[in-house]
Amino acid sequence: MADVAIGGSAPAAAAPPRPDFQIVPLRALPVVAVVLVALVAAIAADRLWALEFLHVAGGGLWTSLDLFLGFVLGPILGRMAVPARIELTTRLMPKMLVIMPTVVTVTLASGWQLGRLLGTVDSGYALHGWLVASYVVVGVMAVIALGLLEPANVAVLFELRKPRPDPAVIQRLMKRFIYTAGITGGMQVATLVIMTKVATG
Amino acid sequence: MSEARLPPVTQVAMASLALIVAGGIYLAAHMPRAVPLAPAVGLLAASVLLLLCNVVALARAPTFNRRAFFGVARWALLAYVISAGLLEYVFLHDGVRGGVLVVLTLSLVVYAVHIPLLIGFTVARYQPASGAYADAP
Repeated sequence: MADVAIGGSAPAAAAPPRPDFQIVPLRALPVVAVVLVALVAAIAADRLWALEFLHVAGGGLWTSLDLFLGFVLGPILGRMAVPARIELTTRLMPKMLVIMPTVVTVTLASGWQLGRLLGTVDSGYALHGWLVASYVVVGVMAVIALGLLEPANVAVLFELRKPRPDPAVIQRLMKRFIYTAGITGGMQVATLVIMTKVATG
Repeated sequence: MSEARLPPVTQVAMASLALIVAGGIYLAAHMPRAVPLAPAVGLLAASVLLLLCNVVALARAPTFNRRAFFGVARWALLAYVISAGLLEYVFLHDGVRGGVLVVLTLSLVVYAVHIPLLIGFTVARYQPASGAYADAP
């Protein structure tokens, strides 16, 4: 895992300039609304293909993003120069703030409904133990992502919106972001093992 | 660093979320069979207690930027109410009824309140104890 150093506890006056940005990219919200309407429609219709599509597409995106952030971008971010890291953070984090909750909601809701339709969430299902293991993995990831990763993501953006961001605060929050992304990335490997086992029987 | 000494809201919120997740896993693992609700109710009650502890601790925190907290938490609340509403819709669509529905609904209420509280807290703890903050979006 990468070490995160952003200049130690240097005074806020030494903070580098940061670009102007939106914490929540408002232009993305209509896209989120369309995706959520599609999710509700798929659940209401109980269509196998629609549920399968949303679960596989959402799950693929969720797993890929977690693995990429945890094991590729996170370590790179930890070694970047401060101005470059701020530039990347102010462009990446607002998008993640919209993408991740949407992808997670779509994957979980469509996955549960798919399991109901196929009978894989029933306690009598042959691979029930694997399903329960997936609940535990998702549960741990949810607690880490919702309790640590997302609040750190939002807080670092608010810090970067200040006229003089505090490098020590950014360092602490980015360290939390990078470590939790690494943990959820690791847990996604377990998700891949479980889901491929369930899919193949 | 502009962080004031504050109660351990993050740790308490993590424990609260872990308890409702454990209750949800317990119920989901037994579906569609009837399942004793007592363990799930106990986990939910403990989670609600931790939520209340966090609310009281934040209300009593002397140096805390409440304007920043509410400014962020209200938008997060809107987002998480929508998310919880979607999950509630799934439960109703699947015909979940009775005690299980009550436990799951209350768990979603804890989820939809505690996460915005946590996001608002995490932002506000790094803001000056009083005065303006860099408002969203």
